[in-house]
Amino acid sequence: MATKEEQPQVLENKEEPKEDGELPLVVVLRPKNFNLPLEDRLQSHFHLLDPNDSPDESTESFLSHHAHSARALLCVGLTPLTADTLGLLPSLELVVGSSAGVEHIDLHECRRRGIRVTGASAAFSEDAADYAVALLIDVLRRISAVDRFVRGRLWPVKGEHPLGFKLGGKRVGIVGLGNIGSQIAKRLVAFGCSIAYNSRKKKPSVPFPYYANVWDLAANSDVLIVCCALTEDTHHIINRDVMTALGKEGVIINIGRGPLVDEKELVQFLVRGEIGGAGLDVFENEPDVPKELFKLDNVVLSPHCAVVTLESFEALQDLVMANLKAFFSNKPLVSLVQSE
Amino acid sequence: MASEDNEVEDHRPLVLIHSLSSFKLPLQDRLITHFRLFDSLASPEASSVRALICVGPTPVTADTLDHLPSLRLVVGSSAGLDHVDLAECHRRGIAVTNSGDAYSENVADYAVALLLDVLRRVSSADRFVRSGLWPQMGEYPLGRKLGGKRIGIVGLGSIGSEVAKRLVAFGCTVAYNSRNKKPSVLYPYYANVHDLAVNSDFLIVCCALTNETHHIINKDVLTALGREGVIINVGRGALVDEKELVQFLVQGEIGGAGLDVFENEPNVPKELFALDNVVLSPHLAVLTPESFEALNEVIIANLKAFFSNKPLLSPFQQE
Repeated sequence: MATKEEQPQVLENKEEPKEDGELPLVVVLRPKNFNLPLEDRLQSHFHLLDPNDSPDESTESFLSHHAHSARALLCVGLTPLTADTLGLLPSLELVVGSSAGVEHIDLHECRRRGIRVTGASAAFSEDAADYAVALLIDVLRRISAVDRFVRGRLWPVKGEHPLGFKLGGKRVGIVGLGNIGSQIAKRLVAFGCSIAYNSRKKKPSVPFPYYANVWDLAANSDVLIVCCALTEDTHHIINRDVMTALGKEGVIINIGRGPLVDEKELVQFLVRGEIGGAGLDVFENEPDVPKELFKLDNVVLSPHCAVVTLESFEALQDLVMANLKAFFSNKPLVSLVQSE
Repeated sequence: MASEDNEVEDHRPLVLIHSLSSFKLPLQDRLITHFRLFDSLASPEASSVRALICVGPTPVTADTLDHLPSLRLVVGSSAGLDHVDLAECHRRGIAVTNSGDAYSENVADYAVALLLDVLRRVSSADRFVRSGLWPQMGEYPLGRKLGGKRIGIVGLGSIGSEVAKRLVAFGCTVAYNSRNKKPSVLYPYYANVHDLAVNSDFLIVCCALTNETHHIINKDVLTALGREGVIINVGRGALVDEKELVQFLVQGEIGGAGLDVFENEPNVPKELFALDNVVLSPHLAVLTPESFEALNEVIIANLKAFFSNKPLLSPFQQE
C-alpha cells in the first residue's frame, strides 16, 4: 500500500500548523475583493494564512488563532498594516510590500520590533518612469487634447489648433531621485532635457545638480516631476510657494501620491492660468478628481495607473517570491527598504 | 539732383515666396533683412529669380518651373518633399533643400509620445477620468510595457535616428529598413519592410513619400507585424494603406496605432473614433514655436549658402 507521507498535511481544525518539515507560514493581508494572481505560485512554496478565507471571523481573531508563529507577512495592494495588527504577530520578522510605495505600512513600529520590510518599487520603476515621460510629452505637445479635437470631428471644421511646446532643452526638476526618478532622468536626457533634483540628501554619485529644497529646484526648472515617497515631511511638498517659483509656463507631473501636492492650490493655479499645465496620475482623494480640471486642455488625468502593465505585475510576482524564498533560506533580501 | 536714397544699393538677393494662399510662412518678416521677396509667378521678376521658398505643401510642378527659367534652387519648408517634382528639378539642374534637422527632434518626440500613449493608454485613461467613470468603474485595463520591446524604424533618416536614440533610453531594441543599409549604423538592417515587421513588436514610419514607398505599410506587413503590433505614422498618410489598417484595427488583428497623418486630411476614418487603442492627431508632429525658429535658420542658411556659392545646408537626400 502506498503511504501518504509525501502529501502535505491538511489542517483538520484550528490547530496551529507546525513549521518543521512543512511549508513555511506566510500571512497574507489583502483587501476583501482583491484577487491574488500570485496565489498558485505562493501556495506551492508557502502555507498561506489569509483572513479572507475565514469570512465569518474578524481579521484580529483569525490572526490571534492562527498566526502566532508566522515569521513573514505579504501585504497586498495598499492594505494598511498598523501597529495593532503587527501586535497580533509576535513572531513576525519580515513584511513583504507589493506596491511601489510603503507609506501604508507602519515603518516606525517595524523598526522598533526589528521587522524587516521589502518594497516592490524595483518591479515598477521602469513602467512608472515611462508613464511620467508620457504624461510630460502629452502635456507639452497636447496629445490627448488634439486626440479629443480629432475625435470631436473638429479638424475639418476648425483647421488650426494651439501649438504645443518642445521637450528638448527644458530644465526638468525631479523631486525624489530614487529608482523611479533615476529612470525618468535617463529617459529625458535622451530627449535633450537638462536634469536637476531634490532628495532628502544629495547623492554623491549622481552627475545632476542638487537643490537642497524644492523651492530652489522649482525656481531653476521648467518642469517638476514628483516621484518621491509620501512621508510626514513630504506632505504638500508642492505647495503654493513652489508653484509660484516654477512660474506661469511651468508644468507639474505627479506620479507619486496625491498628498504630495496641495491639490486645491494647484487647481486654482491651473484655472487662473498661473501655471503652464499638469499631468496627474494621483489625487488627494481618489477616485475623486476636481471637476474644474475636466475643462482644461493643458491637463492630462489618469486613474492611478502609472505602474499598471502586464509586465510589471509579472515582475512584481517574481520579486515577491524572490524576497520570501531568500528570507526562508536565510539569504540576503532582494529589495529591502532602507530607512534613509 | 537725383535723390540720395536711390544711391543706396540693395544687395539683397531676390527670392520668390511660392505659396498657396492658405499657407503662411512663419517668421517671414525676418527674411526681408536678408532677401528681397516677391510672391507671384506672374511678376516680371519671375524670369530672373534664382531661388524660391516653397511654403508648406504648395506644389512645385513642371508647369511652375516653366515660369521660372532662371531658377536653380527650391528651398522647402517641410520635412517631406512629395509635393515637389524632384525628377523634374533634377532634370533642370535645380537643387532642392528641405527643413533639414529643424523638425527632427519635434517629430521624434511626437512619435515616441504616440507610441507611449497607445501602449499605456494615456489618452484613453484621460477620457475615462474626464467622463466621470473612475469612481464608478474603479479599475482600469492593464497597459503594456515599452522597455524590452523590438522597434522597427521604417526610414532611418534624421527623424528615424532621433526616434531610435530616444527609444534606446527606454530599454528598447531598434532595427530598421531604409533604401540602403547605412554602414555607420549599428542597428540591425532589414532589406524589406516585411522582414522588419516579422522581427518587430512596433513599427514607426518616418520615411519620405515617394513612388516606391506609397502604401509601404500594406496588408502583408500588417499581418507580419501581428495581433499585438502597433504602428506609428509620423510620415505621410499615403505611406500606409489606410483602408487595410482600419480593417485590421476594427477586427482586432493588430494591437493599436498612433497616427499623425492620413491619406485624405483632414478626413479621418470614422471607425477609428470608437477605438481606445488608437491615438489620432491632426498633422502636428513638427509644430512647436521653437521649430519655427529652427526652420527659419535653416531656410536662411540654405539661401545664403546658395547665393555665396557654398555647399547647401540640407540638400534633399534620398534615404
